[in-house]
Amino acid sequence: MSKKAAKKGFTAGLGQLTIPLVAIAILVIFNLIRDPSFFSIEIKHNIDGNSVLAGNLITVINGASELAILAMGMTLVTAACGGQDISVGAAAAIAGSVFVKVLKSGASINAGTVILAFLLACIVAMIFGAFNGTLVAVFNIQPMIATLILYTCGRSIAYWINGGATPTVDSGIVKAIGGFIPGVPIPTPVIIVVVMAIIFKLLFHFTSLELLTQSVGINGSAARLNGINPTFIKLLSFIILGVCVSVAGCIGVGRLGLINHETLLLDVEMDTILAVAIGGNNLGGGKFKILGSIIGAYVIQTLTITLYAMNVSSTDVKAYKAIVIILLVVIGSPVVKKKFEKFMAGRASKKAASEAKGA
Amino acid sequence: MKKTNAVRREPFTDAQLLMTITIAIFIGMYLLAMIFLGGGFMHPQQVIDMLNDNVSLIVVACGLTIVMIGGGIDISVGAVTSLVVMSCVLYLNGGGNIFVAILLALGIGLAFGAVHVFLISYLEIQPFIVTLAGMFFARGMTTILSVNPQKVNHEGFANLRDAKIEIDWLGYTANNGNLIPARIELGVVVAIAIVILVFILLKFTRLGRGFYAIGGNQQSALMLGINVKRTRFMSYLICGLLSGISGFLFMMHTGAGNATNAAGMEMNAIASSIIGGTLLTGGVGNVIGTFFGTMTLTTIKKIVVSSGLNQPWWQSITTGGMLCFFILLQSVVLSRRAKKKKKT
Repeated sequence: MSKKAAKKGFTAGLGQLTIPLVAIAILVIFNLIRDPSFFSIEIKHNIDGNSVLAGNLITVINGASELAILAMGMTLVTAACGGQDISVGAAAAIAGSVFVKVLKSGASINAGTVILAFLLACIVAMIFGAFNGTLVAVFNIQPMIATLILYTCGRSIAYWINGGATPTVDSGIVKAIGGFIPGVPIPTPVIIVVVMAIIFKLLFHFTSLELLTQSVGINGSAARLNGINPTFIKLLSFIILGVCVSVAGCIGVGRLGLINHETLLLDVEMDTILAVAIGGNNLGGGKFKILGSIIGAYVIQTLTITLYAMNVSSTDVKAYKAIVIILLVVIGSPVVKKKFEKFMAGRASKKAASEAKGA
Repeated sequence: MKKTNAVRREPFTDAQLLMTITIAIFIGMYLLAMIFLGGGFMHPQQVIDMLNDNVSLIVVACGLTIVMIGGGIDISVGAVTSLVVMSCVLYLNGGGNIFVAILLALGIGLAFGAVHVFLISYLEIQPFIVTLAGMFFARGMTTILSVNPQKVNHEGFANLRDAKIEIDWLGYTANNGNLIPARIELGVVVAIAIVILVFILLKFTRLGRGFYAIGGNQQSALMLGINVKRTRFMSYLICGLLSGISGFLFMMHTGAGNATNAAGMEMNAIASSIIGGTLLTGGVGNVIGTFFGTMTLTTIKKIVVSSGLNQPWWQSITTGGMLCFFILLQSVVLSRRAKKKKKT
């Protein structure tokens, strides 16, 4: 009896994390069978002479950083507003452009100017987030429609900020943001993801933001009657997403050392929404788990890198990705789940019946 | 959307009001362009060119309007269009028959629609995710078929592509004294026919009213005895079919297949529908509005180009600004009406 209860408690605790965990487990097992050397990690020396970690696994964890950061913010927006922001890629391009613009305007690039540039990029991204948030929260426009505006013109605004060019930044500090800090073998973006995750964890621990967001997402009018201000919560979720966007944009700039408004985080909005969905969060709002979205981001990146390792060309990856996505969501769909539960219940009752007969 | 039922008793429904505003703004904008920019805007050929260039967008937006009225979303339409173009081009270059190519186009569209709706309706997966996967799949398949641009070398098709309706009295006299007639592509006729057919479908048939019902309130529709699943099935199927047609029209316009064809078309189509007064929440919308929404978007782009803002970023920035204006307008108009209704 106690064993049964413990088992039940275990599965209930996992809850919505089951799907992303199963997905990542399947991918890992598939890779183990295909080619065990996929997981080999070695220490290499890069151009600057630092000893750094290298290997497919590191590529996955490193490459998914922007996606994971955006997925954290997107989860909040999804939970509070019941819709998704499709302008994150465009907004990241704007943030990256501001970042580069500020760096270029100074005489020399040192730690102070980088921090200043990042803060300014943050503020600009938060303003655009607030613009989206105002449309959604005050004017009651569906998030997808409201953010369609910035999706349409965001990359052009970034182009305009750059003055029609793709300026490069040559600085060790900026390179370190997208690559490795001298003396640290772990890629910097991974460290940033961990820091962001801890910030979110602390935010939820010391404030009631998680509860407030969930109640606004489940029923806005009920939340209002309970003294919660849904407009503010929705606006806040978009502003927090703005911070995430600027961090992701700056990492993207750091990786390449230049800002290209067309290709920076291209198509990332769709992947981000996908990460949120694979994480088991309801895209209609309500309860959410940020951890699920983060795992979802790593699932997507593992899938992409696995396909690359199987010599699928980068343009064709999308087709295979689509098949895997459909398989994942079919497994996680409520109807299939219900059928499966019924099947299991039927088996359990049969077993019980046969046991009773035997006794 | 609880308000649709009550508002319908008033002389103007939400959809009609929003559509009227769109049409008025389109006409006003075009008149202003004629007065201040003159030149090309004075010729009827300008309007015809706008139609010629946008046939596939109009057809796709019609399909999307139906899905959006039914409370769903389909973001795979642009990618399906691109896939249809590429597969038809390759088929025709392999010495295929035009009629089979048309059937191929329709078949691909229908297949995508059917798979989407099976997953959405019967497995209850969110439409956004399903059609997103459909979009990825169609884009990936397009590049698997061919990464390089392909040109059609098919005689029968070349004749079809170059067939244009020439109207003398809409034409103009060129500088050298020759009369240049207005040229309308065959695709325009098909697109306008589809707009009219969809209008009739939405307005006068049982199925069309069903779309509004399931989009307005699924639960009430179910209680009224509407087969919600079958109605939703039909909405996505029609949307898929129209994506297929749009692909063929796209090929008739460009005569070539390219992996980046119709990039971003899904968002343009959604924007057209919204400008035309369709709400993403479902239950409100009109296909005539969608048609004018497409024309409005195109006119903005033409005005930006001809008013000398040559930097590449102005087109999208003005489009975004315009979109913002329409979306805010809709929100304000609808909330004012909702308030008025509460008072009476």
